[in-house]
Amino acid sequence: MSTATKLDPAAAQRAANRKSAKAGRTVIFRVKRCEGPGKPSRWEEFKVPVPPGANVISCLQHIAANPVTTQGARTTPVVWDSGCLEEVCGACTMVINGRVRQSCSALIDDYAPQEGDVMVLEPMSKFPVVRDLWVDRSRLFHNLQRVKAWVPIDGTYDLGSGPIESPASQGTRYKLSECMSCGCCLEACPQFNLEEDKAAWDTSFIGAHAISQARLFNEHATGAILKDERLDALMGQGGINDCGNAQNCVKVCPKHIPLTESIAAMGRAVTIHGIKKFFRGE
Amino acid sequence: MSQHRVIVVGGGLAGLSASVRIAEAGLPVDLFSLVPVKRSHSVCAQGGINACNDVARQQGYSEYEHFDETVYGGDFLADQHPVLEMAMWAPKIIDLLDRMGVPFNRTAEGRRDLRLFGGSLFKRTHFAGATTGQQLLYALDEQTRRFESEGKVTKYEFWEFLGPIVEDGRCVGIVAQDMRTMQIRSFRADAVVMATGGNGLVFGKSTNSVICTGAALARCFRAGAWYGNPEMIQVHPTAIPGADKLRLMSESARGEGGRVWVPRKKGDTRDPKSIPEAERYYFLEERYPKYGNIVPRDIATREIFDICVNEGMGVDGKNQVYLDLTHKDPDYLTRKLEGILDIYEKFVGDDPRFTPMRIFPAVHYSMGGLWTQFVKGSYNPAEPRKKHASGTPAPIDWKVGQGMLHGAPTNMMTNIEGLYAFGEVNFAYHGANRLGANALLSCLFDGLFCGLSVANYVRDGKPGKTPASGMAAQAFDAAAAKEADRMNRLLGTVGKGGDASVNPYAIGKELGDEMTAACTVVRSGPRLAQCLSKVTELRDRYSRAVLSDDASWTNQSFSYSRAVGDMLIAAEAMVKAADLRKESRGAHYRTDFPTRDDSQFMKSTVAKHDPATGAVSVELQEIDHALILPEARTYGKKS
Ligand SMILES: Cc1cc2nc3c(=O)[nH]c(=O)nc-3n(C[C@H](O)[C@H](O)[C@H](O)COP(=O)(O)OP(=O)(O)OC[C@H]3O[C@@H](n4cnc5c(N)ncnc54)[C@H](O)[C@@H]3O)c2cc1C
Ligand code: SF4
Ligand code: SF4
Ligand code: FES
Repeated sequence: MSTATKLDPAAAQRAANRKSAKAGRTVIFRVKRCEGPGKPSRWEEFKVPVPPGANVISCLQHIAANPVTTQGARTTPVVWDSGCLEEVCGACTMVINGRVRQSCSALIDDYAPQEGDVMVLEPMSKFPVVRDLWVDRSRLFHNLQRVKAWVPIDGTYDLGSGPIESPASQGTRYKLSECMSCGCCLEACPQFNLEEDKAAWDTSFIGAHAISQARLFNEHATGAILKDERLDALMGQGGINDCGNAQNCVKVCPKHIPLTESIAAMGRAVTIHGIKKFFRGE
Repeated sequence: MSQHRVIVVGGGLAGLSASVRIAEAGLPVDLFSLVPVKRSHSVCAQGGINACNDVARQQGYSEYEHFDETVYGGDFLADQHPVLEMAMWAPKIIDLLDRMGVPFNRTAEGRRDLRLFGGSLFKRTHFAGATTGQQLLYALDEQTRRFESEGKVTKYEFWEFLGPIVEDGRCVGIVAQDMRTMQIRSFRADAVVMATGGNGLVFGKSTNSVICTGAALARCFRAGAWYGNPEMIQVHPTAIPGADKLRLMSESARGEGGRVWVPRKKGDTRDPKSIPEAERYYFLEERYPKYGNIVPRDIATREIFDICVNEGMGVDGKNQVYLDLTHKDPDYLTRKLEGILDIYEKFVGDDPRFTPMRIFPAVHYSMGGLWTQFVKGSYNPAEPRKKHASGTPAPIDWKVGQGMLHGAPTNMMTNIEGLYAFGEVNFAYHGANRLGANALLSCLFDGLFCGLSVANYVRDGKPGKTPASGMAAQAFDAAAAKEADRMNRLLGTVGKGGDASVNPYAIGKELGDEMTAACTVVRSGPRLAQCLSKVTELRDRYSRAVLSDDASWTNQSFSYSRAVGDMLIAAEAMVKAADLRKESRGAHYRTDFPTRDDSQFMKSTVAKHDPATGAVSVELQEIDHALILPEARTYGKKS
């Protein structure tokens, strides 16, 4: 067992479920559906046979090929977002049995081990629904622009290698850089709310995801050239001061990004940056 | 120049590096992708990226040897000059990625660390944890976002490419569809770069992402672009069997010491850890004492297939063998391979640090792709050289333009003027078999090196005088209208009854099953003939397809159903090319022609589609083999 499994009681429960899972069973999928922005939501149920190793995506694939509800009514295939099916692209994020996570790595054996067990699928609530389980997360990428989440290189010409870096520093940055912009941390955050008006994005809470990315680039020798601009962005309205320190974000991050550590580090940096600005009279 | 624009279709490594390079050259870029580019399939790559480096160089390795390995690994099917240029640039590309902030693993002194990968005796693979592709993609995504914030790149994410617009033999734009609103429209461009990746979904389940249908390639093929070496499909030796996907177990597991074995006794059901050394059959090590477990992919795949299918020695009588890391220190494994070991534990439930993994081969990569051209560089020896002896001094040093002429407008241009193909979607570099950790390199090389070719073409070629922005609207409108018709015809079938035989999902599944059975690890003339008639039957059924959703908003199942039609055409090209190639070479293995036949087949297969009749034909075409003499590719196998 990996350390993550050892520490997390929910993970232990899932492991136990996996052991007791019945072969050849059917599971009920309750899916929250919506035909498009502004349209009402409704629930539909599907009976799905579960082969060994099945996950939420393979079951959704089954529903897409056989769109018939438990009541026997023909319906449209459920729409959802997915890509890698290896929990590395972040696309397939949704709320499963009340908790936000990736659907490709949600094994049915872990959640619904017995005949007739129910899986509940809902779209994330902090982003506008496009259709069914698919939401529009452009705001999340926009927030990466807000904090200038890049290294300002001089262009693609051959200018030799990058800075020498200690294995420890690489380790820190690699961890932060594994963030796949899935949005779990934002879904779970009490301070991050649905905002459909793009004009309000720049002044709404930026969330743990972008704060942690700002840290990633401030930690890089060349990335740090834009440090002050990143701190300015985090100092303004919707910046780091909006974080209520509820720490929900770090609990749901599938990549175990040390988000509270990032928030603390950036909080300190913003404070120092503010003091410096004050003394410079800015 | 202000009226000129370039379209890049695809936001994986190839598309993003092209966008960055072209935008940097001063041309505005419109970037199209099915998914937010940060979620492109390149994110899946785990193992690493190859390049000569200072340590290996002092041990006798060179860019030239990397070139030689790649040509040899590809079983002498790749045009050689482009491979030379790519290998020469590789170290510079790593430097650039390093400057972009890619967290490459470091040595104690803070330099970039290296690992061993298949097909080489030198450590020449750079890596960032076990998610190298993700890390490289993110670095390019970040640079693209920077250009986006400056207004130099405009992203069209969740847009699907439907086809190129070709006027007077020149590509002047594309038709695309917004996957949310379902709006279909044309876009003008002075050059179009296809960077749409691979086509694993033609085989049903593979190691690829769910968007890798290859439909974009097929749409160019239907519009007259040639398809080179379509039969060359790489099957990766080590994947984890799964219900929705065959997840890759990276080659780095073997590179870091993973040993492949089965119990010597057929049907031995003991717990693997209780089977003594002497009763284990480490068949790769015994059959290939020199390379052992790190033989190239096609060889490992065929040997595993042989053990399971021919010899019936698979673990528990199933198609699976052990890939064993349990003899290594668990902390070392966590440090080097955490990402991929977690994937195994996450999806199978066993911890590979303590339990041998069970794996089997899966379709992984397409060496074939859109046929592309190039302008040869300055290195042209009087005679091709013999295969390079590993570790000996290189005959040439690094210099720009020895393999390909830098900036030549036709580099990686398809046979359609102004239509380029970069990355996995082209057929260059990898010949009949791709070496591990060479794909990421070829994607980046295309974008960064050939991006300049695109800029030069737009400036100095026909678009210089007649920009697409000034052309009459008619051709653009007609192209969009044709796609709208295709959509309406398909959507018009919803509710028209029909059984499973005309369900696009069923047709897609049958196609995948048939292609996997007939056109992967082992092929033969009679089996391919049978496969071709199956594909023909499926094409006929597809012409009567009945869809299940006619929504005019975010209609995903329509999009998939449309792609099935394109996949069927690509499949036909693959099967016909596999049939024409009556020899065995690299990934293509024919039981009826088990040896390589250079006199007849050291040639590319080139598939062409006749738009008038819909017929697919395949012919052979000479390749460029002016640099290295072919020799038998044995990797020192003991006979
Ligand atoms: C599991 C796995 C592991 C791998 N590991 C390695 C490794 O360690 N080292 C290595 O060198 N190689 C590796 N490879 C191979 C390598 O990852 C791929 O060859 C490479 O990433 C392809 O990049 P690309 O830019 O050509 O295309 P992709 O990254 O596949 O991107 C394709 C882009 O095209 C877009 N697109 C596709 N169709 C359309 C359409 N119709 N309309 C609009 N947009 C479209 C997609 O949205 C996407 O943005 C691996 C591959 C797999 C499957
Ligand atoms: S710690 Fe801050 S960012 Fe994280 S969940 Fe709480 S309020 Fe949100
Ligand atoms: S920090 Fe974690 S939860 Fe948040 S977007 Fe990144 S990977 Fe997802
Ligand atoms: S599909 Fe990529 S994270 Fe689930």
